[in-house]
Amino acid sequence: MPSVKVGLSRDDLVMRAGVVLLAGLLLVMVGLPLWSLLAKGFQDQDGRFVGLTNYVSYFSTPALFNSALNSLHVAAVSTVIVVPLAFLYAYALTRTVLPLRWLFQGISLIPIFAPSLLPGLALIYLFGTQGFFKALLGGGSIYGFDGIVIAQVFYCFPHATLILVTALATADARLYEAADALGASKLRVFFTVTLPGAKYGLISAALVVFTLVMTDFGIAKVIGGNFNVLATDVYKQVIGQQNFSMGAVVGMVLLAPAALAFVVDRLVQRKQVALLTARAVPLVPTPKPGRDFLATLFCTVVAIGILAILGMAIWGSLIKYWPYNLSLTLDNYDFAKVDANGWDSYWNSVEMAVGAAFFGTALTFTGAWLTEKTRGFYAMRSVVQLLAFLPMAVPGLVLGLGYIFFFNAPGNPLGFLYATMGILMVNTVAHFYTVGHLTATTALKQIDPEFESVSASLKVPIWRTFGRVTAPICLPSILDIAIYLFVNAMTTVSSVIFLYAPDTKLASVAAVNIEEAGTTAAAAALCVVIVLTSAAVKIVHLLADRFLLDRLQAWRRR
Amino acid sequence: MTYLEVRNLSKRYGDFTALGDITLDIADGEFVCFLGPSGCGKTTLLRAIAGLDPQTSGTIRQKGRDVSALPPAKRDFGIVFQSYALFPNLTVADNVGYGLVSRREKKAAIAARVVDLLAMVGLPDAGPKYPAQLSGGQQQRVALARALATSPGLLLLDEPLSALDARVRLRLRHEIKALQRRLGVTTIMVTHDQEEALTMADRIVVMNHGAIEQVGAPQEIYRQPASAFVADFVGSMNFLPGTLMTPEKVQVGGLDLICPRQEGLAVGHKVNLCIRPEDVRVRDLPPAIANRLTVEVTELDFVGAFCRAGLKSRAAAELALTADFSSNLIRDLGVGLGTRLDVALPPDRLRVFAA
Ligand SMILES: Nc1ncnc2c1ncn2[C@@H]1O[C@H](COP(=O)(O)OP(=O)(O)OP(=O)(O)O)[C@@H](O)[C@H]1O
Ligand SMILES: [Mg+2]
Repeated sequence: MPSVKVGLSRDDLVMRAGVVLLAGLLLVMVGLPLWSLLAKGFQDQDGRFVGLTNYVSYFSTPALFNSALNSLHVAAVSTVIVVPLAFLYAYALTRTVLPLRWLFQGISLIPIFAPSLLPGLALIYLFGTQGFFKALLGGGSIYGFDGIVIAQVFYCFPHATLILVTALATADARLYEAADALGASKLRVFFTVTLPGAKYGLISAALVVFTLVMTDFGIAKVIGGNFNVLATDVYKQVIGQQNFSMGAVVGMVLLAPAALAFVVDRLVQRKQVALLTARAVPLVPTPKPGRDFLATLFCTVVAIGILAILGMAIWGSLIKYWPYNLSLTLDNYDFAKVDANGWDSYWNSVEMAVGAAFFGTALTFTGAWLTEKTRGFYAMRSVVQLLAFLPMAVPGLVLGLGYIFFFNAPGNPLGFLYATMGILMVNTVAHFYTVGHLTATTALKQIDPEFESVSASLKVPIWRTFGRVTAPICLPSILDIAIYLFVNAMTTVSSVIFLYAPDTKLASVAAVNIEEAGTTAAAAALCVVIVLTSAAVKIVHLLADRFLLDRLQAWRRR
Repeated sequence: MTYLEVRNLSKRYGDFTALGDITLDIADGEFVCFLGPSGCGKTTLLRAIAGLDPQTSGTIRQKGRDVSALPPAKRDFGIVFQSYALFPNLTVADNVGYGLVSRREKKAAIAARVVDLLAMVGLPDAGPKYPAQLSGGQQQRVALARALATSPGLLLLDEPLSALDARVRLRLRHEIKALQRRLGVTTIMVTHDQEEALTMADRIVVMNHGAIEQVGAPQEIYRQPASAFVADFVGSMNFLPGTLMTPEKVQVGGLDLICPRQEGLAVGHKVNLCIRPEDVRVRDLPPAIANRLTVEVTELDFVGAFCRAGLKSRAAAELALTADFSSNLIRDLGVGLGTRLDVALPPDRLRVFAA
């Protein structure tokens, strides 16, 4: 129903201008690169339109098409392994009385702070041609399907666990009391209450893991051997054969399942909202010696597995000459020996991560605020909303490829960004935009919706209220976004591998190159430095959240 | 003088009409309450007046100026929300001074004004505290002080007292009313608490289903409800189903009762004859008094200052009503369950509505 046409205040004008600007930015950062990629798939090497020719040749070349099947296979198997493991782990964390719960929770998160090639390198140390336990494989080889799956399980575990912990933590104690009162058996309660309650979490976790495995590049690159998957194919087509059109086609094939998984997940999430009632009573587990013992045992085994892989990478990086001379050394950390950039790539990474965290947080938070608080202007706000959600559905490799085509296109006035630190930051912010946007939106929805009304009635410009009230109140969420961007910027490989120039090479990319050149120890060393940096930043964040924020924000105390 | 003119205001959400053709005048300095059940559109009307949720059609004039299409920032009002919407990260003083700072006034002048405002709402020492350190009632006053800081011409209050406990609410009723009278600021308060409306308002706007049922002074609303809805919603009321026999007579359960002359209703119509429990007369009935009936006390509920009695007519069993008896009366007449009494329903206290 159209309301009376209300005039615009200065606030409205400024915010609408902001929304338009944001839409433009997101279009450049996400929309147009994807469009360029899509277009490229229909062109030949010289840019002439050739219709479906590239696609036809893709699907009729068994070598290429097989990779798609391989990717699906690896993703399916990894999902089937990770989700039950993560479910049990999350169940133990939320529904049993676990000693040192915080430690188990912390250990489960470790893989998030590592570039994905780290577990690949660790497996090479353990089971590779020179591996400690190579004999255990019989005549088999870790390079290929098995290696990829094991490494993916390590890499995807925290993502699935986080989702399932959330799903299991929101249970309603009253349901369990009711089931108990009705005399239902433990097993029956599990299947009639626990599993259905976590249903959406399970679906979501499965979709996330599936997408992560499909689109990950680092692991397949390091330990895939001759086992080709979509992600490595994109890389080979573009970097190896300079066949950009075929690269674009493979990218589109990679985009399809990721986008599909994303859409399904969104639909599922929408249903879940109705499931949670405001009056739910949180479930607090009571001690049960037998169950708690089994849970502790299980978590210990998993935690040891995670620590073993991390520990192997660290140990390997400190060893002189694997496996012949096991004496310790720091030589492998002298990166100048194996890579012309030496430590520069590490400092590039830090610079890039700090920049992405700073600008990205400012952009996502302001953007979420504009989308949430602008009065009217619905069409444009939905456009922004859509563009903000898009990156989640787009694999990093695909976005990176789109960036080449878009920013490198002749005549693009933004071409000056190409091969600079700037494009790496822009790309990283775009790649990880959605989670920040969601975090900020959630935080903004939780504060009183009338702050803006009050400030309008007091004739205070809305941006003043943004700066003085809204942003300070959301500081914890703002820090969360910044840390998230920092950690991901440190560890990402896939989206930036096409975009660096010699002097802007990042540590994660350098690790791939070094490994490619055959120096596993130095690659491991670089990965370790990345893990330590991002974990240290996260720990500082946690400490700050606990002690500093409390002091700075006296108003939170009663 | 009319301060606010609302003309033919409608608000629709899709097919749903939240406000239908509201017309209302509010005088300068008046304290008006919007009263009605949940969902009747009180908040919607208030927010339309503020410009926060613009109407679908209709006009609003404030002080003679057409503000219908102005955004909130260009209208003149202060507002207090049910949630108070205090800025949690700013001290009480900064909250109250929030609207003053952007007017480029001198720091010292602002500080002095904040001190005055806090003293005015009875919180002279709260300045350096944060909202979370205050009780609900105190937060309420801070919100009021903040809304009044810029001396708006119109004060809008959306259920300002509903989040408070009963005692605090009672005290704040008087304080807000006194403050409003002192400042003479035109005020609209939304409430669904009839007692609040009756004690605070100069005039009450009773709303139902997005329409105005009656506008009038509290006494008028209570004494002469214009519709069965108002009669029922404000205070307690007996509804005695009957038939209009002549313009001045209603038959209830075979008994003829005299009522005020009805012009709008056709003879023979089914009607409800209404009387408030406290208007049922018992003492000193003259022998020739109209509408006298003999009743039996069937229920007696102690409510504190008085007792609410259930009465049943001896002559017509289906004629049952409740009456409020003071403790004195109960003692003096020895009223108990099963007691027989003669009561009268004074015609001037009777209202008749079509059934
Ligand atoms: N954004 C909206 N979309 C659809 N319907 C709405 C919307 N806002 C309000 N309504 C409907 O309009 C009607 C009036 O709402 P309003 O908030 O004005 O009620 P109210 O009288 O203030 O009630 P309460 O005492 O519960 O606050 C309600 O039926 C409500 O469901
Ligand atoms: Mg309301």
